[in-house]
Amino acid sequence: MNEEIIIAGFGGQGVLSMGKILAYGGMMQQMEVSWMPSYGPEMRGGTANVTVILSDERISSPILNRFDTAIILNQQSMDKFESCVKPGGVLIYDPNGITREPQRKDINIYRVEAASEASKMVTSKTFNMIVLGAYLKIKPVISIENILQGLKDSLPARHHHLIPVNEDAIKRGMEIVTTVETHGYASPS
Amino acid sequence: MADKKLMKGNEAFAEAAIRAGCDAYFGYPITPQSEVMEYLAAQQPHLRTGMVLLQAESEVAAINMVYGAAGTGKKVMTSSSSPGISLKQEGISYLAGSQLPCLILNVMRGGPGLGTIQPSQSDYFQATKGGGHGDYRMIVLAPASVQEMADFVKLGFELAFKYRNPVMMLSDGIIGQMMEKVEMFEQMPRATEFDQRWVTTGKTPDRERNVITSLDLDPARHERHNQKLQAKYQLMRENEVRFETIACDDAEYLFVAYGSSARICQKSVKLAREKGIKAGLLRPITLFPFPYDEIDRLTKQLKGILTVELSAGQMIEDVKLATEGRVKVALHNRMGGMVPSPEEVLDALITHFSI
Amino acid sequence: MYMEAYNKILEEIIREENLVYKKTALMTDKPLSYCPGCGHGVAHRVIMEVIDEMGIQAETIGVAPVGCSVLAYEFMNIDMQQASHGRAPAVATGIKRCWPEKYVFTYQGDGDLAAIGTAETIHACNRGENIAIFFINNGIYGMTGGQMAPTTLPGMRSSTTPYGRDVALMGNPLKMTELVAMLPGTYFVARHSVHTPLAVRKFKKAARMAFENQKLKKGVSFIEVVSNCNSGWKMTPNDANKWMEANMFPFFPPGDIKINGEMVAKAEKSE
Ligand SMILES: Cc1ncc(C[n+]2csc(CCOP(=O)(O)OP(=O)(O)O)c2C)c(N)n1
Ligand code: SF4
Ligand SMILES: [Mg+2]
Repeated sequence: MNEEIIIAGFGGQGVLSMGKILAYGGMMQQMEVSWMPSYGPEMRGGTANVTVILSDERISSPILNRFDTAIILNQQSMDKFESCVKPGGVLIYDPNGITREPQRKDINIYRVEAASEASKMVTSKTFNMIVLGAYLKIKPVISIENILQGLKDSLPARHHHLIPVNEDAIKRGMEIVTTVETHGYASPS
Repeated sequence: MADKKLMKGNEAFAEAAIRAGCDAYFGYPITPQSEVMEYLAAQQPHLRTGMVLLQAESEVAAINMVYGAAGTGKKVMTSSSSPGISLKQEGISYLAGSQLPCLILNVMRGGPGLGTIQPSQSDYFQATKGGGHGDYRMIVLAPASVQEMADFVKLGFELAFKYRNPVMMLSDGIIGQMMEKVEMFEQMPRATEFDQRWVTTGKTPDRERNVITSLDLDPARHERHNQKLQAKYQLMRENEVRFETIACDDAEYLFVAYGSSARICQKSVKLAREKGIKAGLLRPITLFPFPYDEIDRLTKQLKGILTVELSAGQMIEDVKLATEGRVKVALHNRMGGMVPSPEEVLDALITHFSI
Repeated sequence: MYMEAYNKILEEIIREENLVYKKTALMTDKPLSYCPGCGHGVAHRVIMEVIDEMGIQAETIGVAPVGCSVLAYEFMNIDMQQASHGRAPAVATGIKRCWPEKYVFTYQGDGDLAAIGTAETIHACNRGENIAIFFINNGIYGMTGGQMAPTTLPGMRSSTTPYGRDVALMGNPLKMTELVAMLPGTYFVARHSVHTPLAVRKFKKAARMAFENQKLKKGVSFIEVVSNCNSGWKMTPNDANKWMEANMFPFFPPGDIKINGEMVAKAEKSE
């Protein structure tokens, strides 16, 4: 197993922490993991992205420009990363704030209306967990138990009461993710 | 057993410092390595092991605090990134001239000047050929993973005390900022066990005065001092060369790269092999001393070498010295904070050697 | 129909004589890179307005620091030089000594001016360089992500003092402005803020004096602006301003400290 993921959106959307939870979850599952963020003051309200690699083998480059999965949460990131998905790969996006829908015909595209769903939940901070749920539905590379364990490890103890809320959000994301027709490309193996 | 953690390279370095029994850290914030001091501050090392942590008013002050502390025989360290490391050069020259052990981390970013905060490897010359004034050398360790950001702290201190010399860890924004799994070594005692006869602790009647200095106004004596230093550097060359080879046994083409570039090349090797190109990777782990002999040995089987660097091409000069013109050495580089992709590196290999 | 009427109303409103405020041409159109609510933008604008109103754009050279305002040269529509961290007063000295008739100023944060640049600050002030120094004190290193600054208050949290600044371990906050006021080379020393319209007006008056003083060749004009860093302090902009008044002002009280080379008496200062 070797899964190369880019998660991209605005700073403040929880992009980096979503990647962190995936990496923690992968570690719980005895995988090799790497997490490489964009860093610096550009994170102040600007774009943020993180490359996460989950693998059974020693990880080579932590920086990539071709991905198995792209999770895209704003238009700038769509413009930048749509073309970086490997043929046959997966693109998951939230249509909120997207002005140009993805065009690729050779990849599998999924929509998750996470922002609008999050606004209905107890706290809209669960946005990134809804997206994470959508991803885990499409690519069940890490078990929910391990993700929750990862969540526990990455959150300071004073926030542990929020874990059930996040679990609900992950499950909600799994329910609401939908396939976008891309002219008959088969679902990923 | 040792526990496994998911950590940033900078954090792993800081945790390893506490566990290696480091006595004192002096630093000044700068991106992309500020997590080192932030992690230490959160850990309250003065409560955990008694380690001193001080945010200095500048890098110049920090390196001179290191100078003073090193002269007391303690395990001391500092960290910074390129512009701050430039400011430390005077102090490093004094540390080397006075034969003081210490560990210095450079999480390189793009220059020259204020440059960029993005990753770079453009301080290779500064680290391996001098940087400060005078004929001195430091052992330079190039970590390529978060694990090595931790392990090289321990190794670095060992080497620093073995040779009574500054040791530099030359890292970059990628290795410093990324998170990977890391297996931390057990907490070591803070007490430093080594020959303490030279340190300044206060003169007792049973010994001569100890003076830490790099000055000698008598040129003949100062030449002897320089010869002694050079003999020490020669010992480092003979005993401390470290490198890693990947898929080199049958390699016809060789990537030479260190740190984050080596990680990228590791993937390029895989992509090359998938295409049937017999590529291998030599990753220098010590940049000083440089693995000239291993490159020399491999040269006999090679059709070409591609040096991959996040700089205008600095390490390539050492690679060329090793090959002495017997095989074509080409460069693929990115600068100013840009990073090549593994595919880009492979394309460069194919183009340069018309494979 | 509707659009026509709408445009007509607009035409009537948008007239030179109805103008109540206009952005000075000495600020470029580049969007500021500062966090919403940060004091840096206001301080920039005030200084540029003064240069504009005095008509000295062609005779002014600014020096940008290393800090959040490192890109000041992108926003200030004047000739500028970018200095290395802390060295702005030395760079300004170099400029002023070669162009003694020009107006020269530095714009520096508290880390830049009062930590790494302490020596340059003290010596430029002590030599009495005929320059203006604007010192934006937000009690923290904004740019690098909120580490302790020399001006961080006792007990105040930052990323390198996560349990609050412990004076016994990390030393005391530094009152640089009071310090330079004691030097014979300073001619005008004051502390201001830019978080209310009144405060902005007072700062603007002082800033104008700092430029006018340069003609007198009587030494440094040094103005501290106590400001917020809502990102670094992890507060909303509003809360940050309230926190600043409640906590920063008692330690760094606004007011004149030295005017025309004379220390201002304590009683007067409380004004
Ligand atoms: C030699 C050197 N050391 C460190 C840095 C990193 N650095 C950039 S800005 C800064 C501090 C800025 O703080 P301050 O002057 O208070 O300005 P603010 O961002 O708060 O306005 C530091 C330490 C650098 N650029 N150069
Ligand atoms: S980090 Fe602080 S000083 Fe910098 S722009 Fe934001 S609020 Fe202003
Ligand atoms: Mg500041």
